Amino acid sequence: MSDKPEKRGGFFGAFRRAAMPAAPAPDPGESPAAAAVQAPEAAAATVAEPAGDKKQGWFQRLKAGLTKTSARLSQDIAGIFTKRKLDADTLEELEDLLIQADLGVDTAMRITAALAKGRHDKEITPEEVRAVLASEVERALAPVARPLRIEGDHRPHVVLVVGVNGTGKTTTIGKIAHQLRREGKTVLLAAGDTFRAAAIDQLKIWGERTGAEVVARAVGADSAGLAFDALTLARDKRCDVLLIDTAGRLQNKQALMDELEKVLRVLRKVDPSAPHQVLLVLDATTGQNALNQVEVFKDKAGVTGLVMTKLDGTARGGILVAISAKFGLPVHAIGVGEGIEDLSAFDAREFARAIALG
Amino acid sequence: MFQSLSDRLSGVLDKLTRRGSLTDSDVSEAMREVRRALLEADVALEVVRDFTEKVKAKAIGQNVVKSVTPGQMVVKIVHDELVAMLGAEAQPIDLAAQPPVAILMVGLQGSGKTTTTAKIAHRLTTRDKKKVLMASLDTRRPAAQEQLRVLGEQTSIDTLPIVAGQTPQQIAKRALEAARLAAYDVVLLDTAGRIHIDEALMRETVDVRDIAQPHETLLVADSLTGQDAVKLATSFNERVGITGIVLTRVDGDGRGGAALSMRAVTGKPIKLIGVGEKWDALEDFHPQRIAGRILGMGDVVSLVEKAAQTVDIEKAQAIAEKMRKGAFDLEDLADQLKQMEKIGGMSGMLGMLPGIGKIKKQLDGANLDDKILKRQRAIISSMTPKERRSPKILDGKRKRRIASGSGTKPEDVNKLLKMHRQMADMMKTMGKRGGLMQRMMGGGAAPSQADMERMQAELGRLDPKALEALPKDLKEHLPKGLPGLGGGMPKLPGLPGLGGGAPRFPGLPGLPGKKK
Repeated sequence: MSDKPEKRGGFFGAFRRAAMPAAPAPDPGESPAAAAVQAPEAAAATVAEPAGDKKQGWFQRLKAGLTKTSARLSQDIAGIFTKRKLDADTLEELEDLLIQADLGVDTAMRITAALAKGRHDKEITPEEVRAVLASEVERALAPVARPLRIEGDHRPHVVLVVGVNGTGKTTTIGKIAHQLRREGKTVLLAAGDTFRAAAIDQLKIWGERTGAEVVARAVGADSAGLAFDALTLARDKRCDVLLIDTAGRLQNKQALMDELEKVLRVLRKVDPSAPHQVLLVLDATTGQNALNQVEVFKDKAGVTGLVMTKLDGTARGGILVAISAKFGLPVHAIGVGEGIEDLSAFDAREFARAIALG
Repeated sequence: MFQSLSDRLSGVLDKLTRRGSLTDSDVSEAMREVRRALLEADVALEVVRDFTEKVKAKAIGQNVVKSVTPGQMVVKIVHDELVAMLGAEAQPIDLAAQPPVAILMVGLQGSGKTTTTAKIAHRLTTRDKKKVLMASLDTRRPAAQEQLRVLGEQTSIDTLPIVAGQTPQQIAKRALEAARLAAYDVVLLDTAGRIHIDEALMRETVDVRDIAQPHETLLVADSLTGQDAVKLATSFNERVGITGIVLTRVDGDGRGGAALSMRAVTGKPIKLIGVGEKWDALEDFHPQRIAGRILGMGDVVSLVEKAAQTVDIEKAQAIAEKMRKGAFDLEDLADQLKQMEKIGGMSGMLGMLPGIGKIKKQLDGANLDDKILKRQRAIISSMTPKERRSPKILDGKRKRRIASGSGTKPEDVNKLLKMHRQMADMMKTMGKRGGLMQRMMGGGAAPSQADMERMQAELGRLDPKALEALPKDLKEHLPKGLPGLGGGMPKLPGLPGLGGGAPRFPGLPGLPGKKK
């Protein structure tokens, strides 16, 4: 017992070191616009703008989802600022409003502090407030808005998808598979959620929809074993991408997190560089706990990027601002519906504007 | 859940209770911090505002400031308001209707409806001996109906056969007919997850509700939900009309603010909480106990209930008798350690004790785990019966033998002996004291429900000094290697004597030092 902590630390340490090269190098200088331009030519896994005659573009849907709530937020802001000068009370109320968007207390304070700088006790218009709010939110998010890209010459490129129960991992995998297939890539899906009833069937249906092959085992099978088989098969078949689903797990369940580490260990037996990406799927309705989720999954599973789902509801996903400030992990995509097309690249500017400007 | 909220709140309130007198601005300052603690715990802003205003209005009055222990009064007001916000009484699922009783499950995608449906069905079947039918109305998510069917197989509960191509409305009709024909007591209708602003889907739910005429409509919500909880609960309540809330993932490390928000804005009770992945990991929600836990006052009622289920009362009383006579030997200590493990080990038990919450982290840091209990028992097992009865005869040679017999070191044996000595002394002192302990032990039998509720109420009025004393003593002792949490215990009136198992709680004390 006495030497166990050291051993673990050592293990995690090694783990992190091993995980490092696989993580995409952070490039804060890269502007979102540049990323957007680069995306298609780099054969990225980002969404191409759907043809105009298709039902409703992802952006419209995202914006519709976000504006429903941001309209209220901006109304509230307008309510405060047309009436009063920028004093302590007003700032506190603005802070509250940001908290209400799930930005978290610290982030809300940081933004209000920026707002107060040089403007204290001066008249300020609601438009100004919103502009500052938007630019502050954008500033926090711009460096992390990086579309999911299948880079390097790993064949297969292994993507492991992790997260808490019910965040939308399997659905997100289905959507990503669809995009990759449309780009002409061969995709193999591994039904690694061997715990939840019918999770395997769910992924198989996504496989049929997207034309991707699915590797599955019986319910209750060892998910690490399945991952091993899937990676071996993907390598033999020279697949472009292997997407591995995992069972949802609460980050404070040690045994389940250990199981996830085992999956990673086993993958590395087949390919020491795998997994090339580890995506954490976050639910936009989640509050401050999302910070803990990122922290633990990053530590245990070497998360390299985030996907936020359920942004088509009233939840604003403001916690992303706090997460970006703390961890700087790339946000690859957002889920804005249950349809196969409802996955969009994350755009900091639009996200911030949709929150702040309505 | 609630742990970190509890940490924050008790920290804030501690500052208050230490003060001899309070000004209005002290109270306002404290309320600002309470407000922030609640916000950080994801309690919705409007609910927080309402809460702090109510507390402030009551706390700033003359009564508090002039009372002998103003800080304590504020703590009590916060406690009472928390209880008011959470609802005073536990409200279980209501089945008092003409069978088949329909229960409709609604909620967002991924909130845990299907799993919860199976858990409720399992509970009604095994505990209430009801005949239950489950039907999935989720025609949207791939394999959702299949998921419920598999869960039905795993829990041996009937599910409505899947007919491809039916609408949710048709399935609901079919489920009710099937339930009537086969004389089911309860029919659980699991619906597709839906976003509360999706008008088409909400209309579908209303249709299903009109067809099924559910006796209960339960909103299944994730306890990790943030500020959106309010909108979510309000929309479902206004649109569909819920009768109660089931909170899931309460075993996560969220702060549970959503629970407070949803109850407050809808006025609908939280009926059940999901606390794990197993079928029986579903518990009733007891607002009063939760309020106590949030304020770090502990959940003594739950602790006593658990103790009553697991502890051998006769044995406990025999030990109590011995203690009073000052004849508490190592054999008794071993018994206590065993019983502590049964109750759920150190951490399970400590979590329910007043004032412990906030120092739990320190305890974790001190390697306080249940292995220590096992090791201590191993040390005692390696002694001869004679040594156990009279530890005085233990010399260096005997200690070395015991240490090698139990796979420990002589120092560990010494620590155990020291702890035992401290406990024996403390218990002698305590035995002389009156109070709840005597009352409880006098009765002889397990404490009645009324006794327990009274104790919980007493805890609410607990002398805040006593609450403080415990952690303080603990802190002092921790660096020295954790010998006796014991020092502080006697100051906790009443607590020690719970459930005739008196000895057990003082037994909490000694833990050997940090082993590195």
